[in-house]
Amino acid sequence: MTERMTGAQALVRALEHVGVDTVFGIPGGAILPAYDPLYDSTKVRHVLVRHEQGAGHAAEGYAQATGKVGVCMATSGPGATNLVTPIADAYMDSVPIVAITGQVPSGSIGTDAFQEADIAGITMPITKHNFLVTDPLDIPRTIAEAFHIASTGRPGPVLVDIAKDTLQAMTTFTWPPIMQLPGYRPVTRPHSKQIREAAKLIVESARPVLYVGGGVHKARASAELLRLAELTGIPVITTLMARGTFPDSHPQHLGMPGMHGSVAAVGSLQRADLIITLGARFDDRVTGQLSSFAPHAKIVHADIDPAEISKNRHADVPIVGDCREVIGDLATAVENEYTEGRRGDYTDWWTQLNGYKTTYALGYEEFEDGSLAPQYVMERLSAIVGPDAYYVAGVGQHQMWAAQFIDYEKPGSFINSGGAGTMGFAVPAAMGAKMGKPDATVWAIDGDGCFQMTNQELATCAIEGVPVKIAIINNGNLGMVRQWQTLFYESRYSNTNLQSVRRIPDFVKLAEAYGCVGLRCERAEDVDATIKKAMEINDVPVVVDFVVHQDAMVWPMVAAGTSNDEIKFARDMAPIWESED
Amino acid sequence: MSRHTLSVLVENKPGVLARVSALFSRRGFNIDSLAVGPTEHDDISRMTIVVNVEDLPLEQVTKQLNKLVNVLKIVELDPTQSVQRELMLIKVRAEAETRSHVLELVSLFRARCVDVSSDAVTIEVTGTPDKLEAFIKVLEPFGIKELVQSGMVAVGRGARSITDRSLRALDRSA
Repeated sequence: MTERMTGAQALVRALEHVGVDTVFGIPGGAILPAYDPLYDSTKVRHVLVRHEQGAGHAAEGYAQATGKVGVCMATSGPGATNLVTPIADAYMDSVPIVAITGQVPSGSIGTDAFQEADIAGITMPITKHNFLVTDPLDIPRTIAEAFHIASTGRPGPVLVDIAKDTLQAMTTFTWPPIMQLPGYRPVTRPHSKQIREAAKLIVESARPVLYVGGGVHKARASAELLRLAELTGIPVITTLMARGTFPDSHPQHLGMPGMHGSVAAVGSLQRADLIITLGARFDDRVTGQLSSFAPHAKIVHADIDPAEISKNRHADVPIVGDCREVIGDLATAVENEYTEGRRGDYTDWWTQLNGYKTTYALGYEEFEDGSLAPQYVMERLSAIVGPDAYYVAGVGQHQMWAAQFIDYEKPGSFINSGGAGTMGFAVPAAMGAKMGKPDATVWAIDGDGCFQMTNQELATCAIEGVPVKIAIINNGNLGMVRQWQTLFYESRYSNTNLQSVRRIPDFVKLAEAYGCVGLRCERAEDVDATIKKAMEINDVPVVVDFVVHQDAMVWPMVAAGTSNDEIKFARDMAPIWESED
Repeated sequence: MSRHTLSVLVENKPGVLARVSALFSRRGFNIDSLAVGPTEHDDISRMTIVVNVEDLPLEQVTKQLNKLVNVLKIVELDPTQSVQRELMLIKVRAEAETRSHVLELVSLFRARCVDVSSDAVTIEVTGTPDKLEAFIKVLEPFGIKELVQSGMVAVGRGARSITDRSLRALDRSA
């Protein structure tokens, strides 16, 4: 198919052809030519956000809820640089997004023209790949390549920067274009010898653990994981990025590993003789001090990105491949071992782990003055809202409580900013998730600090008809930083109190100003009624200001840089490990 | 730490050198030398990168380089199985009384004089880093006025070519 049109029309047509239905963005000078044909598109809905950072996080939320590529658009210069944070966030969490930015006319590039920024140069280290397009003929092919790169292999952000005159020039549109990516060949099929090697270690081990990361859901491999886990009887731990990938209610689930992981999950890694790593990357928040991490364990490491394997921890059995294929093949290989009469016995291991699970179950402190415990809010949200909803968290204490105290049963039902730790992620990402899954209930769980970074997108939600629900866990402080100040800086609260005079802003009034319903809840006995009321409102966004105690802390905790063996399940309370044999 | 020579075939596109060098600095790897130029194929450039790293970081370098979309192929060239050369231009003080000494050294090192003036000569010399270092040492007493050196380029010994398969990949995608 060949047709004459402008570069801008070719861009919109290409977006339609790759299946884009939603674009989050803000127009400006350099991208303006693209917004004209976008105005006429019946297939692409453009959502006018209030800040480009919101557009980027919305694209991430949309991508994570739908599995499709999220799209954001901005103009040159500051428009583009405002996308830098969400692009970095998407890079760290392997979220497939495509960012389209306008650039100053090609003749002005490099002259410090008005609103010029070298966004391709700026985003080079935080994109999977990026493009600067100065020939309109290249637009369709570049869009096809951008979507292909973003969504295949290890997913990630791709930026396409297009010069203004390139958008304005006449060109010939041809579809489908022929992609020219000779250097891009992700490996998805695992090596069968490595799979057999891993299966052999599984049946020989006595204390194995399945360490499940975000890559398993990205490969849509939850069903395969369940099969492998139930076939082998091996305990499962799910990282922050994998919450929901394996049902929390499953008896083989030990919880989340890491800095705020469960004692059972962290303890299992430290005592394991085999760690089967699936789509996880031995992040420092999981390993703690690397030299003392899992000292007895052999490592099977399966990842689609070869560069993750043996990056932080040496892999005894490296497997490069798509997790869905890896886990499926692994189950078959283990079955073959069973047929040969080789089978692992994990009875003693389970006795030990079940001991950790019951002795060191998650708990929290209630406050004598009757003020609200944030963990209680999470428990009630989980019970009332249920596992069919999407929960979208920001970054900090509320994020950890949301990871710990909400029961996730469905893959992808917990969306948050993991690797980058981007405060302000929740509101726009929840908006994106809701637009991707309009029939689902979407709750953003946010801190009062995070909320104030991106709450302007409530206006977008209200105007565009995106009825998200926001639970602000309002402790009046930058809570996680305050917790570290309590523990490591002698309770010297330098610059963490956000409401030192009085409650500013009033979140209920703020919600109302944005055309949302604002609710407030300050006592445990009102929590259920407030959540139910929020659940009944489905025509406008709802913001609930849960005013909680400022001294609530996240436990368990492995202090930064210390060994996982130093985990505390409450302040100054270390688990008693049985003596090592 | 040990020196490794990587031959990297890349697409001949704008910005590729920036991507490669930015990756090295971002991941904290030091480049000893980097040379880039065209190959027998118009669409492919070849970079020769000398890095000074342990074996494990080298594996990381290679894997991270491989992730760059414009990188087609990476081969580590073993110094004993490859020809490795650097080019140096060196301007040495050479007055009437010392010139013959200098010229003697030039011929001993199989170097060439490329410019002569009344009190200096400019010498062109190619070779391994060891040879160039030795040459600098013997010229030092005369007074080195200026020195400029290229990055190392290298090619494997024998009939095999590292570009063959990458060319096929390019043809397929074209």
